[in-house]
Amino acid sequence: MTFRRYLVLAMVTLTASLGDTFLSVGARQLGPISLAHVGQLFHAIFNPWIAGGIVLLIGFFASYLTALSWADLTYVLPASSLGYVVIALLSKFWLHEQLSLYRWLGIAFITAGVGFVTRGPALTEHPASPETAPEAEAAQ
Amino acid sequence: MTSGSGATWAMIASIVVTATAGDVLTASAMRKIGDLDIIRARSGLPGAIRAVVGSGRFLAGVLCMAISFFALLFALNHADLSLIAPASASLTFVSNAFAAKLFLKENVDRRRVLAAVCVCIGVALLAH
Repeated sequence: MTFRRYLVLAMVTLTASLGDTFLSVGARQLGPISLAHVGQLFHAIFNPWIAGGIVLLIGFFASYLTALSWADLTYVLPASSLGYVVIALLSKFWLHEQLSLYRWLGIAFITAGVGFVTRGPALTEHPASPETAPEAEAAQ
Repeated sequence: MTSGSGATWAMIASIVVTATAGDVLTASAMRKIGDLDIIRARSGLPGAIRAVVGSGRFLAGVLCMAISFFALLFALNHADLSLIAPASASLTFVSNAFAAKLFLKENVDRRRVLAAVCVCIGVALLAH
């Protein structure tokens, strides 16, 4: 793992948590939407917070795809789970939600899990398969 | 709607199922395409985008993720972010570990299991 790849994982973490928080702020501004008027969800895209959340989540998706191209799903998901810690902190300091002792414990567990997984190899080595390269070659 | 009601958990379940399908399909597509850094170095950003967008498996994954996104948006409209985000994430985490071992043949060794258990407990505690 290079420093640049750790930066990509940090991008995955930050853009996902900030994006979710922006969506939450926007969803609260919209007020309740019932199943009978589920089409209103499409109009939600024009809310600035939701639009900002979508932009951040596009950034998340680009960095997530980049990470998945050189690391296992079971490596990328725990390694980027520090985002839940960021969400908890944003929920407390920005959305003014309660952050109890249990949640601080949760933050400690997630940090430990991230520590475990990032000390191991990022990718499972598979024998070369004939279906692995054609799309990469086609893109060149 | 109360934060622990059956309807809330039904919304969380729909997020988990569609998110897992999206993650596994996308990871499988990226495995097949290869290292994006190398593709970008050889054929530039347009080449990398072409390689990704041209994959049917990737598009199926994006469709599942889009459904999951609107399910998340709907759920956030009815319950707290501090419940919906950690609960759906921890369950997606477990289902992804199973699906990655089953469909992607990833080496889910003791270290990764321990990491998964720690993150799961942590996310569950966040939802407490």
